Amino acid sequence: MTDQDRPQYQQLLARKVEVVNVGLEGFVKDLRDCGIDVVHVDWKPSAGGDPQMAALLAKLGV
Amino acid sequence: MNVVVLNEVRKGFYLDSVALMRLSREVAGSPGVIEAALMMGTPSNAAIMRNAGLLEESTAVKGNDLVIAVKAESESAAREALDNAIKSLDKPKTQGEAQAAWRPHSIAAAVKARPEINLALISVPGEFAAAEARKALNRGLHVLMFSDNVSLEDELSLKQQARTAGLLMMGPDCGTAVIGGAPLAFANKIKRGRIGIIGASGTGTQEVSCLISEAGAGISHAIGVGGRDLKKDIGGITTLMAIDAFDSDPETDHVVLISKPPHPDVAKTVLERIGRSRKSYTVCFIGASEIELPPNARFSPTLKGAAELALGDKKIGAGFDANAVASRLPRSSRGGIEGLFAGGTLCAEAQVILAAAGRKVASNAAIPGVVKLGIEPNAGRDRLIDLGDDEYTRGRPHPMIDPSVRDDALRAALRNRDLSVVLLDLVLGYGAHADPAEHLTKIVADRGQDAPALIASVVGTEQDPQGRSAQVRKLEQAGILVAPSNAQACELAVAIVQNAGR
Repeated sequence: MTDQDRPQYQQLLARKVEVVNVGLEGFVKDLRDCGIDVVHVDWKPSAGGDPQMAALLAKLGV
Repeated sequence: MNVVVLNEVRKGFYLDSVALMRLSREVAGSPGVIEAALMMGTPSNAAIMRNAGLLEESTAVKGNDLVIAVKAESESAAREALDNAIKSLDKPKTQGEAQAAWRPHSIAAAVKARPEINLALISVPGEFAAAEARKALNRGLHVLMFSDNVSLEDELSLKQQARTAGLLMMGPDCGTAVIGGAPLAFANKIKRGRIGIIGASGTGTQEVSCLISEAGAGISHAIGVGGRDLKKDIGGITTLMAIDAFDSDPETDHVVLISKPPHPDVAKTVLERIGRSRKSYTVCFIGASEIELPPNARFSPTLKGAAELALGDKKIGAGFDANAVASRLPRSSRGGIEGLFAGGTLCAEAQVILAAAGRKVASNAAIPGVVKLGIEPNAGRDRLIDLGDDEYTRGRPHPMIDPSVRDDALRAALRNRDLSVVLLDLVLGYGAHADPAEHLTKIVADRGQDAPALIASVVGTEQDPQGRSAQVRKLEQAGILVAPSNAQACELAVAIVQNAGR
């Protein structure tokens, strides 16, 4: 089996990690200091702050 | 005194929990303020504030509202503190912040612009974390979910979705991981090497990786799986995928698996899978008794023992002699031990060591065989407290970020004349407090001469932002005894109380 044929999770360890950070902003600096590319999402609770509606929208792929 | 409570609700205004903690502290320090809180108005936070009498029943808040709540000795003091908080929130961003990198508003926008992104690090409030993880998985990203307070049902469904898509779902409540040198969440700067770690416990992974790194070897990757992955409901989904991943990783020779004792059915499945692995394993089920292992695995009930097995039986802190250190200390006739831990797994390891030494132990995060605090009588027992447990962190950051969570309990322990020893841990690394030793030494500076002995261990490496030896030096200068590992700190505590009893 070649590396390309393996499931993605088995390839992760051999690949360069690039991160999207959603939440605590402090993690961004730590990653950048270690030379890791990271994009920080300017996050706000979705669905007007209603957790159940946010979960439903995520399940629907919205 | 006429106590006044004032609330201000900012609609659609989000700040992360660390920024809120800093601002809360600023407001709480204003003259005449009794108590203050800045929190997002999620249902759980609103309940905390209402219970504390900080939020009027009539004030309606939603999860995307920022709530400022001030309780003060007078109307004018409350008003002044509230106005100052609002000024801080409205302060224009600094030039550096304004020029900061582009910030998309969603995971979808980030991935569209940067298709190379392959992992989402999620640390939003627990109520919204599953929704964000689902968005990440839907876009083909591996996920590390630092957030806790996520339901078991959501965890199972996310892990099943990830497995179907061939993606790794690390967490929820995954405190740490190191993938290809990338420190994710609370991680230390450890040497690269050929030992892999699969960790269902964050501070357990940190302790083992730091002990290995400081002993001169190194870590290839550390995969976090979340504290509940080896429970029956989840069935070890991520742990089994992590074993697959290490099997096909040419950079890894040996793997350490760290967890609290799993459900027996899950343990059987995982150990069978390890038996079919091409790699050798150290299995550390903290507090478990000797278990039946496949020929390619060895067992340790403690973190230090696991690090030593992974290092090929090299001893950690070989020059440290707990009995010799204890014999040099003045004898005390008291005999009690209290442990105040930021690291949950360090608290579990302490329970293993104290119980094995014949001590009667109670804990809020009791391992099998230990009395649970608050439920069973615990008079005359050593108390080992996990300060990262939900009861201490609901609505506030983890003690590794905000060590002041420990302050009140520590001050009380220093005045407790039944105690011979107070056991402490300091956890260094990325994400952790910038100078936990400085914070700790200030709290203990004015302790009485007859206060209990203070024993600490420092989880970290020399390369960490805080620098391990600099932190150790500060503690030692404050009269705190520092052991090379958490396990040895516990052995020293036992040696001191045994010395006292002779």
